[in-house]
Amino acid sequence: MTTLIYEGHKVDVNPEGFLLDTAQWSPAVAEAIAEEVGITPLTERHWKVITFCREDAAREGQSPGLRRIAKLSGVDMKELYQLFPKGPGKLAARIAGLPKPTSCV
Amino acid sequence: MITETYPEKKVEIAAEAPKPITKLAIICSKGSLDMAYPGLILANAARMSGIDATLFFTFWGLDVITEKKVDHLHVATVGNPSMPIPTMVGGLPGMETLATGMMKKQMEELDIPGVREMLEILHDSGAELYACRMAMDMFKLDPKDLVPQVDAVISAMDFFDKAAGAQVLFI
Repeated sequence: MTTLIYEGHKVDVNPEGFLLDTAQWSPAVAEAIAEEVGITPLTERHWKVITFCREDAAREGQSPGLRRIAKLSGVDMKELYQLFPKGPGKLAARIAGLPKPTSCV
Repeated sequence: MITETYPEKKVEIAAEAPKPITKLAIICSKGSLDMAYPGLILANAARMSGIDATLFFTFWGLDVITEKKVDHLHVATVGNPSMPIPTMVGGLPGMETLATGMMKKQMEELDIPGVREMLEILHDSGAELYACRMAMDMFKLDPKDLVPQVDAVISAMDFFDKAAGAQVLFI
């Protein structure tokens, strides 16, 4: 376990950079992780995805897979890849402070 | 007794992390439902992780991207070593339909998309889909016969040009 300080917020992350405790997440943490993976700034469209992921995970008890995000968030597959070009499957969840999704789709 | 003294050497522990995969090229050569999915799912997982993916459909793999066949791929009950029924039973009329129906139902329960939707997802994800020219000629197929997600009909040599720097996977 590694503890990182993002914008003054102390967060515990696993070796892949995913937060271990989603309660340590805050919008400032999201901005900092996004910057780390080369997404600056987070736009309103990014936030739409991030908010959906957090709400869906709170409801379902697990990080949504990418197909689920594309179907339900209001942001389609093509745009998801534009918003998170380095891999939306992992990055949306990571920026949203959730574990890596287990779904292969 | 001879005692040798070696100069103290600073041992550098290989701290360098293994290089991540950045590009994947998959040759899809089979047209049965159970052999179509591995390539499609792997390519999609790659794209979701930010890895480039190129797919080359050849021989029976062309069925996966042929408009008339894509929605009717079957699970092979004969000549499939993993099929848990005797080959002779697998050859009885209706067995393929039964096995195919069972697999499709299972996948639906797991919310795995159908083959056509997988191709759409891959296309939207930026994966490149190519059909093999020689196999197209062999099966007398025209580019019009293929699903619209296919980027081009290319030769095997073209495929290797496009696969430059990739890990190549044959399915």
